[in-house]
Amino acid sequence: MEQYISLAVKAIFVENMALAFFLGMCTFLAISKKVKTAVGLGIAVIVVLAITTPINNLIYNLLLREGALAWAGYPDVDLSFLGYISYIGVIAAIVQILEMFLDKYVPALYNALGVFLPLITVNCAIMGAALFMVERDYTFGESVVYGTGAGVGWALAIATLAGIREKLKYSDVPEGLRGLGITFITVGLMSLGFMSFSGVQL
Amino acid sequence: MSLRNILDKMEPHFHKGGKYENWYALYEAADTIFYTPGHVTKTAAHVRDAVDLKRIMILVWMCTFPAVFFGLYNVGFQANTAMAAMNITEPSTWQGSIAGALTSFDPDSLWDNIIHGASYWLPIYLVTFVVGGFWEVLFAMKRGHEVNEGFFVTSILFALILPPTIPLWQVALGISFGVVIGKEVFGGTGKNFLNPALTGRAFLFFAYPAQMSGDAIWTAVDGFSGATPLGLAAAGGVDAILAQNITWFDAFIGNIQGSVGEVSTFAIALGGLVLLFAKVAAWRIVAGVFLGMTVMATLLNLIGSETNAMFSLPFYWHMVLGGFAFGMFFMATDPISASMTNTGKWYFGALIGVMVVLIRVVNPAFPEGMMLAILFGNLFAPLIDNFVVQANIKRRAMRHVSE
Repeated sequence: MEQYISLAVKAIFVENMALAFFLGMCTFLAISKKVKTAVGLGIAVIVVLAITTPINNLIYNLLLREGALAWAGYPDVDLSFLGYISYIGVIAAIVQILEMFLDKYVPALYNALGVFLPLITVNCAIMGAALFMVERDYTFGESVVYGTGAGVGWALAIATLAGIREKLKYSDVPEGLRGLGITFITVGLMSLGFMSFSGVQL
Repeated sequence: MSLRNILDKMEPHFHKGGKYENWYALYEAADTIFYTPGHVTKTAAHVRDAVDLKRIMILVWMCTFPAVFFGLYNVGFQANTAMAAMNITEPSTWQGSIAGALTSFDPDSLWDNIIHGASYWLPIYLVTFVVGGFWEVLFAMKRGHEVNEGFFVTSILFALILPPTIPLWQVALGISFGVVIGKEVFGGTGKNFLNPALTGRAFLFFAYPAQMSGDAIWTAVDGFSGATPLGLAAAGGVDAILAQNITWFDAFIGNIQGSVGEVSTFAIALGGLVLLFAKVAAWRIVAGVFLGMTVMATLLNLIGSETNAMFSLPFYWHMVLGGFAFGMFFMATDPISASMTNTGKWYFGALIGVMVVLIRVVNPAFPEGMMLAILFGNLFAPLIDNFVVQANIKRRAMRHVSE
């Protein structure tokens, strides 16, 4: 149990997807103008990550890794070169389902997210979580915790950024920096704040 | 001819079309040092109040003075004691030589200690003021806003949270980062979201960890080695601090190693209580920080740990060590970067209090956590406000329905 708690804390704060690894930047910068939408997108990313990471874990461990196909009578087969395409396929399918679900039941959020909802498919944070999971050899239980934690960390970061950007509406930013420029600086300063976790050993 | 007349006579040159149009910000700054600005609100809504930004900022500035003077004394005292212990009579640094020209190095003499301390701290403050002031005036001139008294506060807070032995070029770099990236790119005072002094300090902290991390000694004498009380606590808990003959009361009064303005909880509280009484600093934030820290420290005491001695450090030690008191009274209460709503202030303070203990205890890389905890709190302040406001809207909407 303790190891799962450390893993969750690590995924949310220490190795924050957005502010420590700078993954998922495109949506992070684009959908952070309003807290409400940002929280919606954050929840969508949590859901996608929490589902895809464990599924990809199963696919990797039962089908792709070297010797994984022993149960089917092929102990020498190594299909790990199919990793990327399988993970992205799973992610795309899950996002598609999520999109249909939101369209039907939460149309307001669906409209607010617009093109960025299908773009979650290519959100680097989600692919990144799958690849970290493979690289660090997480078990199924760990991958559930890690996927959810990474999602929560990303959602927390985007909600915070949205809060700051709503406040910055009253700022008087030099003309050349308005828009994305100041957002980049803001994100840089945020990650300075999140540096307080760097070096934590759990 | 009175000063007012001189200023009035000069004024047209600084207005639009005048000879020194670009320098208006400087003129305005000089004018408002001596006289209350004559501008009044011309449209309908009026709130008449004797308090303005200038008074608030100057009050904060003056409230740091107890901490400043005690800090000067302490830097000198620590240095002189170390010199006496090591039988050094000639200091090796240029700051020490200046002090040596003015006085001797007797650790029992109040005067000697203050002069020795001042010879280290005043150059730091001077560099902070000149370099930071340069950026402030440059932006004021180019962007057409006024030079703001907030800079007084930023500069003194920044100078007070630096270790006395820091190289001066790092001071210049740090305050430049703090003022430009932390404040001016967002449009100046009141428009930033992080405390500029802390931003500069954090920048230095991560850029030059060797000089800034806060575990090694900061006494202004070459060749003296040891550890700050927080470094000691990280290594061996309270016992290690007591083993160095540092009692709780020493730490409370400030007879310990550390950054210039952070050592004396007593002197800081003196200034801080004035701020609280004048309602410049929000008491909810201070209370929130204190409660958060107490609860978290007690919780960790109860959990305990075999390997990490910091777990057992009780809350009253956390309170007197490192930058906690200074951060709680002067940094966390910065009205710009803190939460604005009353409920939000409690959450904001508690977040900082919890974080400072967590960073100190759990993170072996940083023995000192106050500065990072406050920056972290600053990040969440707007979001906390947002949720508080949303909850309020929701509650009032419900009330409306039930009527």
